[in-house]
Amino acid sequence: MSERGIIVHKPYARLNREQIEMIDKASLDLLENPGILCYHEESVSLLEKAGAKVKSTREGEHDAWWVSIPANVIKEALDTVPSKVTLGARKPENRVIIEAEGNRVHFGSGSETNYWLEVKPETFVSKENGHERVIPVLKRNRGNLDYLCRSAHLAEQLDNLDFFIRNVNVQDADITTGNKDVNVFFASLNNITKPVVSGVADIDQLEKVVRMAEIIAGGKEELIENPVVSFITSVIKSPLQVVAETAEKLIAIARLGLPVVISTSPQGGSTAPIDEVGMVAQVNAEALAGITINQLANPGAPVIYGAVPVRARMDDLHDMYGVPEFCHYNMACAQMARYYKVPCYSTAGVGDAKVPGIQASVEKMFTYTAVPFAAPGLIHYAFGLLDKTQTFCPEQAILDNHKIGMAKFLYRESGVNEEAIERTKKTVEEVMHSPYRMYARYARGMLRRGEIFAGFPFEGESEDQDQTLLVVHERLKELEAKEPQYLSAEICKQIFEEIPGLLPRLNPYKEDK
Amino acid sequence: MSKELIEKIVESVLQGRRNKDDEGIEEGLAGEPGVAELVEEALEAGIDTNDILLNGLSRGMELVGQKYETGEYFIPDMLTAAEAVEAGMAVMEPHLVREGTSGAKGKVVMATVEKDLHDIGKNLVSIMLKGAGFTVIDLGIDVPAARIVEAAEEEGAGLVGLSALLNTTMSNMSDVVKELEEKGLRSQIKVIIGGAPTSEDFAREIGADSYGKDAFAAIREAEKLLNN
Repeated sequence: MSERGIIVHKPYARLNREQIEMIDKASLDLLENPGILCYHEESVSLLEKAGAKVKSTREGEHDAWWVSIPANVIKEALDTVPSKVTLGARKPENRVIIEAEGNRVHFGSGSETNYWLEVKPETFVSKENGHERVIPVLKRNRGNLDYLCRSAHLAEQLDNLDFFIRNVNVQDADITTGNKDVNVFFASLNNITKPVVSGVADIDQLEKVVRMAEIIAGGKEELIENPVVSFITSVIKSPLQVVAETAEKLIAIARLGLPVVISTSPQGGSTAPIDEVGMVAQVNAEALAGITINQLANPGAPVIYGAVPVRARMDDLHDMYGVPEFCHYNMACAQMARYYKVPCYSTAGVGDAKVPGIQASVEKMFTYTAVPFAAPGLIHYAFGLLDKTQTFCPEQAILDNHKIGMAKFLYRESGVNEEAIERTKKTVEEVMHSPYRMYARYARGMLRRGEIFAGFPFEGESEDQDQTLLVVHERLKELEAKEPQYLSAEICKQIFEEIPGLLPRLNPYKEDK
Repeated sequence: MSKELIEKIVESVLQGRRNKDDEGIEEGLAGEPGVAELVEEALEAGIDTNDILLNGLSRGMELVGQKYETGEYFIPDMLTAAEAVEAGMAVMEPHLVREGTSGAKGKVVMATVEKDLHDIGKNLVSIMLKGAGFTVIDLGIDVPAARIVEAAEEEGAGLVGLSALLNTTMSNMSDVVKELEEKGLRSQIKVIIGGAPTSEDFAREIGADSYGKDAFAAIREAEKLLNN
């Protein structure tokens, strides 16, 4: 049983049973009419063989098929989905087990941001009074492999981070389509002992990535038992279109028997209806279509319902994460996944703000406290994301780790029971007869058992300046100074011998790396 | 033997255990002798009161202070440790009186000023002062200036500690200073103030001798003002 994550007692049921059934019916109706527009021939043939009606068409330069999927095809596929999925890890105690009907929530990172936001304290002199002041200066740098290694190493040390989705898009000069996947998977796996979940950019690299994972897990069967890598496929392009290249990856991964997230990310107001009913009906239909293709390719393959619905900004149509509608969409989707008994992957903690600060804190805290109450098994995008999903800031990730700790505390049980009531009465009586009538003595036990939340650990000392970012920056330096828990020299040697395309500078045991 | 007992007193102060009924920071200590029983045992064994006071109780509080500074201990730990020292002092008191060394660190009258009902800060300082070996006369909350001065005079206190939480009541602190001046007691009785709305500037403004920004600062200031 997974000990990571947090159990949310009595998950919040935004939709009642009747409403869930109405959404289910609407989604199934949509999958039949208008159906999905599929660009992937093998998916079409799998669906057709299962009973879907197919009509070929042309979309621009591409062959495509309108596929009308009857409800029974979806329901039969759902019947074969395992309700429990394990995300393996280098360290067995770090494995994450997601149960569709369970209440344990796990938090992870993502997305593949283009920028790494660096915090650099600089001293400025006031023009007004000549006083010096240290200000955190922020600089956006393009993502690279070094940043990816650093973020995985940081993720290893964040106690509320349960699984790692690479959060930096590597843009090094020596990274090509042909070597990107092996290098990013190695950079991740070599720096973290928690589950690594990721997309694959190039289908031709999948075999190499899987071989790397087999070496780490100890063999083919061992990898199935302990999948140290799990995958994400954005197989759906909203609204309701199946992408050829991603569908091919989805089918390949299903046939390997490795866990995969069906990730669909419609934007309310542009690629999906903006209202909750419309959005949930569509995104649910999209997730069901992806799950169905996965199960038709390999019935019983581990699959995760990944709905990432967002809202559009009304001024520029960019994504918007820190808003109430986002929470509504995601909480409802978690309920739908539970209804289908499919493990769920959801989202919380993205800052629309470009930099750490008040706006980011408001947006992040808002979704951390709302979405997990619906108890989806996985919550991704939860660490360090800013400017929607464009920027990763390691200091922000440390702050987010703390916010998640706060939110996790919120989900705890009330603790009301007969024994606690008796203890309370005894304590109050004792205190009322004590000289100062203070409860401090009685707080100690809870304090030592970790039952009292420790408060904000990054307070500055200034009375006229918010120094949080400077304090967190110091904490980051402490964490980065710790030695990463690299793969063993023997495993690294085997990986570098067998897997082509790895950059020697990533090998921690190579002297002149 | 005596060294061992003194060490046990130090450990019991660190655990904040007044007597055998108290739990400590660590579990499973209830039933073991606490500070009161250990001090009793030490006195019966003929250990010098000065040794118990300095190497047992005061040393224990000193270590508690260090642990607080490093973030290992929190306010509840400090308070319970101070209460444990107070329990030990109660056992010591008759012996100290006999030896003529009772209240050696000095007497402090503590009060929350008139019209103010808040007592957490004042209690915190009172407990800590007792734990540090001062004799504390705590007059409670909403105490008029005249009563504070009267008690300080009667008890022969060298220091008055005033607390206020409200902007509207902090001005009543100056009444105490004025009352001391009017009664010609100002040179014998020092005044320290504290509480959220107060400050060093405010202390200076009303003619108080010192300002304690928190309970620990208040103890340090009291030590200075009473020349310990």
